[in-house]
Amino acid sequence: MRSSDGHIFVLLLPLLVIAGFALIALVDRRQGRVTGPGFFARNGVGIGLYLLLAVSFWALLVIVLPQLFMVEMAFRPKLPPAATGGPRDVYTLENFRYFLYGSTTSTAAWNVTHLTAFWKTIVASILVTAGNFLLCYPLAFYMAQMAKAARVRLLLLLLIAPYWVNEVLRAFAFRVILGTSGVLNKLLLGAGLIDAPVDFLGLDVGLYAGLSYAYLLLMIFPLYNAIESLDGRLIEAARDLGAPWWRIHKDIVIPFAKPGIASGCTLVFMLTSGALAAPLVLGGPRSLWFTPIVYDRFYQAFNWPQGSAYAFILLLTCVAFVLAVLRLGKLSLGEITR
Amino acid sequence: MTEAVELANLTVRFGDFTAVENANLRIQAGEFFSFLGPSGCGKTTILRTISGFIDPTEGAVRIGGQDMRGVGANQRPTALIFQSLALFPMMSVADNVGYGLRVRGVAKALRDRKVDELLNVVALGDQGGKQVDELSGGQRQRVAIARALAVEPQVLLLDEPLSALDLKLRQHMRNELRAIQRRVGITFIYITHDQGEALTMSDRIAVMNQGRIEQVGDGRTVYDAPDTGFVASFVGETNAIPGRITATADGEAALETPLGVLRGRNPQTLPVGTAAQLYVRPEMLLPDPTTPENRLSATVEDHAYEGNLTHLACRAAGLRLTVLLGARDRRAPPASGASIALGFAAGDARVLPVA
Repeated sequence: MRSSDGHIFVLLLPLLVIAGFALIALVDRRQGRVTGPGFFARNGVGIGLYLLLAVSFWALLVIVLPQLFMVEMAFRPKLPPAATGGPRDVYTLENFRYFLYGSTTSTAAWNVTHLTAFWKTIVASILVTAGNFLLCYPLAFYMAQMAKAARVRLLLLLLIAPYWVNEVLRAFAFRVILGTSGVLNKLLLGAGLIDAPVDFLGLDVGLYAGLSYAYLLLMIFPLYNAIESLDGRLIEAARDLGAPWWRIHKDIVIPFAKPGIASGCTLVFMLTSGALAAPLVLGGPRSLWFTPIVYDRFYQAFNWPQGSAYAFILLLTCVAFVLAVLRLGKLSLGEITR
Repeated sequence: MTEAVELANLTVRFGDFTAVENANLRIQAGEFFSFLGPSGCGKTTILRTISGFIDPTEGAVRIGGQDMRGVGANQRPTALIFQSLALFPMMSVADNVGYGLRVRGVAKALRDRKVDELLNVVALGDQGGKQVDELSGGQRQRVAIARALAVEPQVLLLDEPLSALDLKLRQHMRNELRAIQRRVGITFIYITHDQGEALTMSDRIAVMNQGRIEQVGDGRTVYDAPDTGFVASFVGETNAIPGRITATADGEAALETPLGVLRGRNPQTLPVGTAAQLYVRPEMLLPDPTTPENRLSATVEDHAYEGNLTHLACRAAGLRLTVLLGARDRRAPPASGASIALGFAAGDARVLPVA
């Protein structure tokens, strides 16, 4: 298939899917499996049309089509504009080859830099997610089960208020605190605890702190919601039956909050692995996060097909990882969106 | 016989509010003991204090002779059955029942045997593998009982566990609870606002009102010989007739009332001149009395036929009186507006201070 046909295919694919569903709905109604007033009869023509247009605009133009075009682009070679649509414009795996081997043609040596950055990003995202969970769980539990309503409101405000500040600015604030001549080093030096400034940023402390902080709320809220719906008497019942506090968490609270935990961890993991601002601002000179590499494919190398391929690889890996973890935890996607 | 639970000068305050005031009580081992009172009377607070979820403000809770101060809820030899049951929804029936044993580190084989045994005790032998939400209300009830019994508590605490069940099931579970208690032989402390439950199940009852224990005794004592006006009117129905004592003799008192001079027992030996109330049960107010003492006449205002008995609502000198006619009484009930002669024996009425 020539790649110029690809665009038509990408445009047609969602329309075909929509047409398929419409056909199923039509057949269901014809055969009497679905009865009662139809969509427009229930909502009125005005609201019905608005819903239809708004949802299709949002779903198709904002989400589905850009993603599909990106996937399609990942399988195309980088060509000067004049050669686009020409005989060299055919589907290829060269962008994926480049990710693995550092060359569009040779498979002689591994692309160590990019592969390392990729796996480091995945592993670090897992660690950041785990750390985030350990940080948020006690707070979420306190807010959901122990604190009084007024205290909860205050805590929520304190949690949310810093997020009114732009993400990049928040990242720079970490630089101000953690830099070699930053606030923390000055404090430690002044207190005589260290003799020379510690390079927190070079040690990636800044990066991990910044990443953990960036998506804290997305962990807190699902946890809080899940634990809040737990009947406090279950906790009392477990205690009454002789359970020490840690067993109550292990046996009662965490199993009950599992969907919330999965939801929070999924959000934080996906966003951390795809984060750009924090790695750009807080990454040390030796740390190489994967997203800045993707960014560079687009804006430094001007190689959009390769950038698309890299982004696609990251997305696919993260989705696969999340699905695998959900399977292990015996959870369905539907449960974590409750 | 040893005490299972002793409350010594127990007071519990929440801020300015006194939930329980100076409660003193000894509950015997193996006893089925009930706390009866309206909602907000402090009975649940007492239960939660015994189980260790609330610390006494003053006084002490002793279980098996030991002061429970500083002993956490998870360390006490008690087990609580919650009003909402609080079964663990993430566990199977068997895992619920075995949970207390699991946290005590009982080996799985032993635990399984014990769980089977208990499920048989509560007639759920084949339901262990089910999820909690697959069971009916009565079955869930029994799971909660088995779960609490599994930890072999010295004292089982029950917080209105039958209130969520429908009437038939509630009556069935009353008998079942009593039977289970006899079988396992441990102390049951039962909280209820339902006097029928308290009377039918309990060895002894503590009637509570506004944080205070008003009277402790077996069902017959509490019903037939109430110590206070509150107990007389809360446990069962009663007619209260206000008046002033004009004479006392032989444990009885004569009361000057709007209905004339009436006599009743004077358990608190109230002196002449005291303002008091005379309490007499509706079933003790007899129509066409043959007794010489305590006669009065009233006007029938309404009657309600309930099958096994008939309720008469009467009025005399502005006071409302309720009369119960048994089904054995084959006479046609007097029509509304008719005048009726009533009487009661002095031994069936009690003169108590105004509440």
